[in-house]
Amino acid sequence: MDLTKLTIKQAHEGLKNGEFTSVDLTKAYLAKIKSEDKKINAYLSVDKDFAIAQAKLADEKIATGRFEMLTGIPCAIKDAILVEGQKCTSASKILENYVAPYDATVIEKLKEQRAIILGKTNLDEFAMGGSGENSAFGATKNPHDLTRVAGGSSSGSVASVAGNMACFSLGSDTGGSIRLPASFCGLVGLKPTYGAVSRYGLIAFGSSLDQIGPIAKNVEDAKIVFEAICGKDKMDATSADYKFKEENLSLKGLKIGVPKEYFTEGINPEVEKIIKLAIEKVKEAGVKIVEISLPSSEFALACYYIIAPAEASSNLARFDGIRYGLSEKADNLLDVYLKTKGKGFGQEVKRRIMLGTYTLSSGYYDAYYKKALETRQLIKEDFANAFKDVDLIFAPTSPVPAIKLGQNADNPLAMYLMDIYTVSVNIAGLPGISIPAGRIDGLPVGLQIIGKHFEESKILAIASQMENMIQYK
Amino acid sequence: MISKEEVKHIAKLARLELTEKEIEKLQKDMSVILDYFDLLQKAPKPKKMEGIYKDLSSTRKDEAISDYDIKDKLIGQAPDKKDGYIKVKSILQ
Repeated sequence: MDLTKLTIKQAHEGLKNGEFTSVDLTKAYLAKIKSEDKKINAYLSVDKDFAIAQAKLADEKIATGRFEMLTGIPCAIKDAILVEGQKCTSASKILENYVAPYDATVIEKLKEQRAIILGKTNLDEFAMGGSGENSAFGATKNPHDLTRVAGGSSSGSVASVAGNMACFSLGSDTGGSIRLPASFCGLVGLKPTYGAVSRYGLIAFGSSLDQIGPIAKNVEDAKIVFEAICGKDKMDATSADYKFKEENLSLKGLKIGVPKEYFTEGINPEVEKIIKLAIEKVKEAGVKIVEISLPSSEFALACYYIIAPAEASSNLARFDGIRYGLSEKADNLLDVYLKTKGKGFGQEVKRRIMLGTYTLSSGYYDAYYKKALETRQLIKEDFANAFKDVDLIFAPTSPVPAIKLGQNADNPLAMYLMDIYTVSVNIAGLPGISIPAGRIDGLPVGLQIIGKHFEESKILAIASQMENMIQYK
Repeated sequence: MISKEEVKHIAKLARLELTEKEIEKLQKDMSVILDYFDLLQKAPKPKKMEGIYKDLSSTRKDEAISDYDIKDKLIGQAPDKKDGYIKVKSILQ
């Protein structure tokens, strides 16, 4: 039996029945990482001794007969989430040697259950990118096709799971960074409602948009991880008093909205076909399909690429060569700032800091930033209106399947356009999932399901039923 | 098209040192992206503006909520430190 191919549920059963131990499981993953990751580059760091030590503790807990779903299950963590005592680089030269002084709340929760942290995964630097290519430590490759990107920004988190180098992983999603790479790698990726999961210990990018969420092999696993990490946290003032409650949902009579604006120009016709086929399937199962309109959709991408860089330019000001990481020698304080940031940040991060500083600067604030906030209000209202008539919304996750490495290297705007279907969800603070819906020449295509605030249970319930309807292999 | 001077001015505000090559590239990239942002001028004005997360209070009581002390670990990450403090270059001559 190849232990690395198991789902969380299967591995949990195996541990429960004594078929193998957590140490066996952990060793199997470590061996897989050793043999496979040279060609994928999913991990930035792997702490073997730490993993084995955790596995031994997990086995002790399992031996008592009282243990949780994630006890002894090996996982991978996006390297923007702090794990105490481990390096946390955010895939940036500026944090190359930074060691996390404390655990993020989500890590504390995983550790409480005694899940096994195998290592920290690659990403676009500071989570800025849709392809994974903006990492200062090399791009992550797509396990389905090594000439293509894994998708970003949670590139290593998806590639580690898709390449059977972790049973599940955590990513973060500011404008699609969980859902997009999940769709590129044929996995399930959940971006929870803003506030459903604590962000304490996540290196901030766009604070009004960021969310941590699970990436897994199937919907049930995503649900197990989400349930483990969600809830109020005193260390995060934006976390909500939320408890996950499983929902049994009948497809019959359920109303699903399909935004007409999402199927116009720019979508790959093969992707469109796969999404429409998925819609057809639920219709046959008794779901009522309603065409809806999100009239401000055309503004979403511009709105996002003003708000996210503006917040980033403020959040990243803290990397000044004084408090953490890289510090370039200089004669005066200003030069320390200038040289440290100039040397430490990569091209995409610089581009976003510049864009954000520009749109917030005197003379341009009203035309860009304020206008973007107004547009955000419109987008939020669009969804609120749509959800008066429907329970859930179906959409593509990405207009295209995984692109070739280097394909958009000289065209940042083309890269941004890949996020066209995912950013609105963050703008409105809604939950969204991407589940595998089909393939184009072997490349996975994801279906996105969007729900009302804090209705993850509905999203997961229908996603789980769809898994059985869609022939994804 | 934004000017080279504008790029330099913004870089100064952002405390970012850029090479000549980077300035040229940013001038081109930012112009294309800012042109795209002009799309928003077409967007109507919303009837009302409400906070995006009005239900999630961003204020809290002004009190220490941490029951453990990680001061030394935090300061330990600073590139330059002395006697439990972070050292900063003098700013007054």
